Amino acid sequence: MGNEDAKTEKKVKKAKTWSKNDKIFLGILIPVLVLFFLFNTLPLLKGFYYGLTNFRGYGNYDFVGLRNFKDLFSDARVGKSYLFTFKYALIMTLLVNFLSLVLALGMNREIKGKNALRGIYFVPNILGGLVVGYIFSFIFTYILPAVGEATGIGFLQNSFLASTKTAWIAIVIVGAWQGIAMNTIIYISGLQTVPEEVYEACMLDGAAGWKKFSKITLPLIMPFVTINLVLCMKNALMVFDQIMSLTKGGPSQSTESISYLIYNNGMSGGQFGFQSANAFVFFVVIVVISFLQMKFLGGKEEQL
Amino acid sequence: MENKERENNEVQEDVTAKSVTPKAPEKKIEKTSETEKKPPKMKKSKGAVGGKTVNIIINILLVIGCLTVFFPLYMTVIIAFKKPSEMTNDVAGALAFPEKWNLDNFAEAMRVTDFWHSLGNSLLLTGVTVIICILLHSLAGYVIGRKMARLKTFKAAYFYIVSGMFVPFAVLMMPLVKQTAQMGIANRIGVIVLYVVFFMPMNMMLYTGYLKNIPLALEEAACVDGATAWQTYWKIIFPNMKPMHATVAVLTAMSTWNDVMTPLVIMSGTEQNTLPLAQLNFQSQFGTNYNLAFASYLLALLPILIFYIICQKQIIGGVVNGAVK
Repeated sequence: MGNEDAKTEKKVKKAKTWSKNDKIFLGILIPVLVLFFLFNTLPLLKGFYYGLTNFRGYGNYDFVGLRNFKDLFSDARVGKSYLFTFKYALIMTLLVNFLSLVLALGMNREIKGKNALRGIYFVPNILGGLVVGYIFSFIFTYILPAVGEATGIGFLQNSFLASTKTAWIAIVIVGAWQGIAMNTIIYISGLQTVPEEVYEACMLDGAAGWKKFSKITLPLIMPFVTINLVLCMKNALMVFDQIMSLTKGGPSQSTESISYLIYNNGMSGGQFGFQSANAFVFFVVIVVISFLQMKFLGGKEEQL
Repeated sequence: MENKERENNEVQEDVTAKSVTPKAPEKKIEKTSETEKKPPKMKKSKGAVGGKTVNIIINILLVIGCLTVFFPLYMTVIIAFKKPSEMTNDVAGALAFPEKWNLDNFAEAMRVTDFWHSLGNSLLLTGVTVIICILLHSLAGYVIGRKMARLKTFKAAYFYIVSGMFVPFAVLMMPLVKQTAQMGIANRIGVIVLYVVFFMPMNMMLYTGYLKNIPLALEEAACVDGATAWQTYWKIIFPNMKPMHATVAVLTAMSTWNDVMTPLVIMSGTEQNTLPLAQLNFQSQFGTNYNLAFASYLLALLPILIFYIICQKQIIGGVVNGAVK
């Protein structure tokens, strides 16, 4: 085999020489890296390149330098889509995490049918966002107005989806319906990592209720809070399926997320170059947000 | 894991204990709503997790909360079985039971959306993607995980691939559409390739992390017995990573099955649909026939619902594992 020899050799001159085994491993690694580069890094670079052109998606194109990137900052529609996406992501993250933490705390108690409840609350997460959006679209356009009519509740009488002021609320509701499922499950598994003795000890100290939660439980499940905040924010920033099925960006572009704008104008609106620049900026924004989140939240974790 | 099971057992014991003792009378519930407001009292009442009656109230609230999950699904089923003439403008029109439960809408929806074809495509894409992901990503995770501590090349490769998690599909969408078209894979093959690459960072990270649980001694023993690196991997390592295969399979399958964007932009020229994509592409044909549309939605949701009912434990476990690790 010669592998034996290679092993002893490795021990002699540690990291310098590559054993036969190392080379076999490298032989496997290289094709994987090539594949990853070809369909991840290369299109990212190409996207930046397209961002420097006035390409419309077909035909010839010219270089325009950084003009697209400059124009992005003065383009009202792009600005609006960023505002909408951030507003949506922020509200979603806070709302979903608050509700799922409450749910998880409830389900972590000694209650009946714990597993069944957990199974039921998780269902929205497995369903596809597009079809769920279509189903809720019916609720918003027909059921809620009918309920409003029957009960005389004013704000329900018009469809949420028809007004620029309320359409985003509909998207938050659908997003939260699906997002809470996921985050609750993660919080439950977080709460289960807190040992019983900790609660017993804190009971001896007389801590209960809110104090117990804020001083004991929350710091101990902080890693799970981090995961949930990051996951939820990331998913919300990419929102696409629900927009596609609920509003298609409307009414009057009030619910156009960045992903949707890139898709809509880039693929069929003749703005291939411009939206490529937009996509690249979006990528930079995501990286910055992810790093900030990890930096801020990572420092707050408490260890037993 | 053991901890969790132990806890569950305790809970079950408690539940049986509760059902043996006579049911808490209504009065008691009223009392606890007071104690709930004054947490200091609670410390004397019961064990670490709080008073029994508080738990009953929470239990009831949680069960009521389930309605938010059931309502949209209930509505979907009801409307899917109705005739258009039964859909009046009030709430009952949409939510009351149909006069007759008939399957006509489903037959029509299957015809209109080419259901079996779309289902086949969804199954094909998901199945092939999951299989390739498990084979390729576990191998990549192994190769990188075993060497990254000692060799810088592998460490760099690890961080390079993991950093791919920051790149959302929307960012790569436009260049990828051009690229797959140029390469002649603007079809199901291209979609599978993209999934395999797109899920690589996450899956590889999971496998690399899991590898720490598999002792190096296993491989060394195989090596002494004269097995090649290739044999060692498939005979020893791959079977030992089984729990992680389950997690990866669940995560990959769920994301693939429900994904709209990738097939939407990549396969747009092929007239092939996945299940969600069919709902999008046939919206105009449903028109105002909501019964037909909802029959189609229900058909699109059913496969994953059935799958969930069968493998609920694995799915929840997989999702939690994937997120926490």
